[in-house]
Amino acid sequence: MTQQILIAVLVLGVIGAFFAVVLYFVAQKFKVVEDPLIDEVAEVLPGANCGGCGKAGCRAFAEACVSQGNLEGLRCAPGGDAVAQKIAQLLGCAVEQGEPQVAVVRCHPANCGEKRRSNYDGLRSCAFQNTVYTGESGCPFGCLGCGDCVAACQFDAIHMDPATGTPVVDENKCTACGACAKACPRRIIELRNKGKKDRRVYVSCVNKEKGALAMKTCSNACIGCGKCAKVCPMEAITIADNLSYIDFNKCIACRKCVVECPTHAIVDVNFPAPAKKPEAPKPAEAPAAPAPEAVKAPAAQ
Amino acid sequence: MNLLNISGSPHVHSDESTKKIMWRVNMALVPALLVAIAYFGINALLVSIISVAACVLFQWLIEKFILKVPTTVSDGSAVVTGLLLAFNVPATVDMMWIVVIGALVAIGVAKMAFGGLGKNPFNPAIVGRIFLLISFPVQMTTWPQVGGLFPMDFDVATGATPLGAFKEGALPEGVTFMDAFLGHVGGSLGEVSAIAILIGACYLLWKKIITWHIPVAFIGTAFVFSGILWLVDSTAYMDPLMTILTGGIMLGACFMATDMVTTPMAKSGQLIFGFGCGLLTIIIRNWGAYPEGVSFAILLMNCVTPLINRWCKPQRFAN
Amino acid sequence: MKTFKMGGVHPEENKISNDAAIEVMPVPQQMVVLMNQHLGAPATPVVQKGDKVKVGQLIGEAQAFMCANVHSPVSGTVQKVDTCKDAFGLTKPAVYINVEGDEWMETIDRTPDIKRECTLEPKEIVAKLKEMGIVGLGGATFPAHIKYSIPEGKKAEYLIINAAECEPYLTSDYRVMMEHAEEVCIGVSILRKALGVPNAYIGIESNKPLAIAKMTEMAKQFQGIIVEPLKVKYPQGAEKQLINAVTGRKVPSGKLPIDVGCVVSNLGTAFSVYEAIQKNKPLIENILTVTGKKLPSQHNYIVRIGTTYNDIIKHSIGELPATTGKVISGGTMMGKAVVNLDAPTVKGNSSVLVMDEAEARRNPETACIRCGKCMHACPMGLEPYLFSSLVKNNRIEEAKEHNILDCIECGCCFFSCPANKPLTDEIRLGKNRVRAMMAAKK
Repeated sequence: MTQQILIAVLVLGVIGAFFAVVLYFVAQKFKVVEDPLIDEVAEVLPGANCGGCGKAGCRAFAEACVSQGNLEGLRCAPGGDAVAQKIAQLLGCAVEQGEPQVAVVRCHPANCGEKRRSNYDGLRSCAFQNTVYTGESGCPFGCLGCGDCVAACQFDAIHMDPATGTPVVDENKCTACGACAKACPRRIIELRNKGKKDRRVYVSCVNKEKGALAMKTCSNACIGCGKCAKVCPMEAITIADNLSYIDFNKCIACRKCVVECPTHAIVDVNFPAPAKKPEAPKPAEAPAAPAPEAVKAPAAQ
Repeated sequence: MNLLNISGSPHVHSDESTKKIMWRVNMALVPALLVAIAYFGINALLVSIISVAACVLFQWLIEKFILKVPTTVSDGSAVVTGLLLAFNVPATVDMMWIVVIGALVAIGVAKMAFGGLGKNPFNPAIVGRIFLLISFPVQMTTWPQVGGLFPMDFDVATGATPLGAFKEGALPEGVTFMDAFLGHVGGSLGEVSAIAILIGACYLLWKKIITWHIPVAFIGTAFVFSGILWLVDSTAYMDPLMTILTGGIMLGACFMATDMVTTPMAKSGQLIFGFGCGLLTIIIRNWGAYPEGVSFAILLMNCVTPLINRWCKPQRFAN
Repeated sequence: MKTFKMGGVHPEENKISNDAAIEVMPVPQQMVVLMNQHLGAPATPVVQKGDKVKVGQLIGEAQAFMCANVHSPVSGTVQKVDTCKDAFGLTKPAVYINVEGDEWMETIDRTPDIKRECTLEPKEIVAKLKEMGIVGLGGATFPAHIKYSIPEGKKAEYLIINAAECEPYLTSDYRVMMEHAEEVCIGVSILRKALGVPNAYIGIESNKPLAIAKMTEMAKQFQGIIVEPLKVKYPQGAEKQLINAVTGRKVPSGKLPIDVGCVVSNLGTAFSVYEAIQKNKPLIENILTVTGKKLPSQHNYIVRIGTTYNDIIKHSIGELPATTGKVISGGTMMGKAVVNLDAPTVKGNSSVLVMDEAEARRNPETACIRCGKCMHACPMGLEPYLFSSLVKNNRIEEAKEHNILDCIECGCCFFSCPANKPLTDEIRLGKNRVRAMMAAKK
């Protein structure tokens, strides 16, 4: 009896030892030398694999950081400055402070949804609808409302507003990874600086049609009249292809353009009170267009 | 005027729907149900009603309170599962509560746990049946003896099925091909009558819900394989015609192996699937522990369906 | 009876405008002519504001390779050269013309005589097709002069004329066959000569027995024209399927019909070729079906290209019924839903099809039950259900490996899907993504 037990233990022991040796040599042979720093950097990253940095995922980003040795041209938008600093510490390099950004939907929510001109009945995909026709609003540049951006967001930071049919960005959750901007087939969503006290001014329209044509489809369209550019003290506004654009690096959020814009295409968010034009009464088109307060409402959420 | 609708082409639809398909399958099961009621009486009807009600109820409860999605019980798929489950159990009084457990397993575990209709890898009714067979072996193999037409009494005599009897030694006395064809033999509720099942299958073929590939491959393989065995030794193995007429081969081949969700899509894949089912059934029947192997065979082939789908591609237009 | 080998469906035919003879639609007061009425780059306008134009005068010149000339369908003064919103609301370059009278170019032969003899050499024929702005009228509007310039090293053996008209509702080709059989046969002979092929086959589905009889009778007077009756099955008129049905040949994946020695043209194209070559008349008129189950009357019209949808509706039925749900340009299977009824019609238009709200709406999507109906309906032997999930999960590489680019977008998969899944839409989206991926790789 004892003998049998002994034999069994012995046999198993020898087999175990043999495979342990085999395993050891195999492990030595196929050892992959990897910088442990990569693991440390990856540890610091948010791990959402959003792809906002342009790399395949967080791990790929960490590899890029370590192989490069510094953070030049590499930035994890969701992590922001805090993460950048941690990585810089690990790599032992300097870090440049980036301006915090947020995704901005440049299509006027007050227009869409309510004033549908047709009823889209196909696949719920903006990318597909864009190949079929202009979309329910009739604007060939406007939001299509199927929510490709919502599906692309890893942070639950962008949602469809059922009342307007356009997406609304949750500023607190948005990490400015840019996934929504990439997903939008009409390139409506842009990453812009958050601005001081989260206050910012932007043109909420990307319609490049001539003024009259643009106005026909949307009362809040930018008609490229150039009034905003004239009134801007910082020369931050440029007009190209009948469309005005505010450079957020130059803009000081004085809101002169907001009052000047005849179609209320320029919006301001997170300001305490609506901007008012000192002397002149409201423009004639005003009744057709919603009041600035109404425009602000969804973005201020 | 209304707003114009815009969509990509095509702008018309064949008017087919999942709902129509499922209710047509239910229609096709009616002849077998009627035969069951004729032979097993009120028990058969009660077991069927309880099974169907339990399946529908469980699906509704799970969708409403656990998954919190719009309920889809009206599409009739739970009714199909309920009927098929009832068809796979003996029509006895015990079954009237056991079948509820089967329904819970079929709907809850085999169907809804995988995401509901269309996502289940295994045929829910078969999973439910096998669960019951393993959990309640005595009750699941206590077969009511077929008496006269429309027996109304609950305590019918019990006896063996032809397959069970054969496993023990020999076919019961006096069971003819005609008995097996019409269903005048012991067995599970809905599987006894080959003719009733074939009527339902013809309806499905006519409505183009199933194609001939799986049933023919299944029954054909079973017939040929058991025929070879029978030619080798006609005392140890069953007559091939009797083989396909008794037990669950007809029901399995026409209704359970043709379940769209869990079987291959390409014609070639369907032939392989049917072949596998037939082969496994005969193997289990002759050399396995159980007298009947249809449900195990189908379940096993369900496992390889994704593989078959991967390898059996339709013929491309020009390749 | 011949037909293609795999897949296909049989939608309700609804050829309710079969018996409506072709009427002439009056010329509208103002005309907007789009510059891209064909596959490829838009034509370059060669007129300016204030210019006087005559009917048939060149106003848009083909300068790119893949392009076709555009001619004025009316006479009058050019109001402006600008942009215009097309039927889908997209902005396209266009020439606006104020209509004054109806003065045709002197070169155009407007007599009713039928001219059979064609003395032009093949090369001259192709040059004239280009000059006259002829494009394929089967839907794709492929410029005809490119199709009939056979590339070096390839040889055409068959000319196949598509008169299957497998799309539900459409009857314009049928009416042309019934009323202009002789002209069509002359047009086919000219195309046959241009290609130098011994035989031309006219494929007609068997649900048009009168047209088959008429064309067979007429074809006897011509050399090398064979009428081929085909079994009714959609998509018989798709290029690859028609070649398969008539010749039994199969165009390999990623190849063109000419690679198997075939050239396919639409019947309407053959008619316009006759007018262009024998009568010097550029492609300025279309034959359009105005149809719909709920319309008070059914029509077939000969329309100046550029007449707006609203003008056509106004003249034919007054106004759209209150329950209208969809207006389609083309048939129900492959036609496009129109959103802007003020838009001008273009060369490829074959119908104005009005659908009722109830029949236009798609049913809600339910779960896929893996029935495989889409796969069995697919005339290209593809797996639409698979593409659906691959595209949803952005597995574009795999979709390409499963030949997603072979899809001809005939719509059989969506048509037969019991779960109402927008399979055709998803595949189109997938094809776009595959193409984008391939472009990015280059």
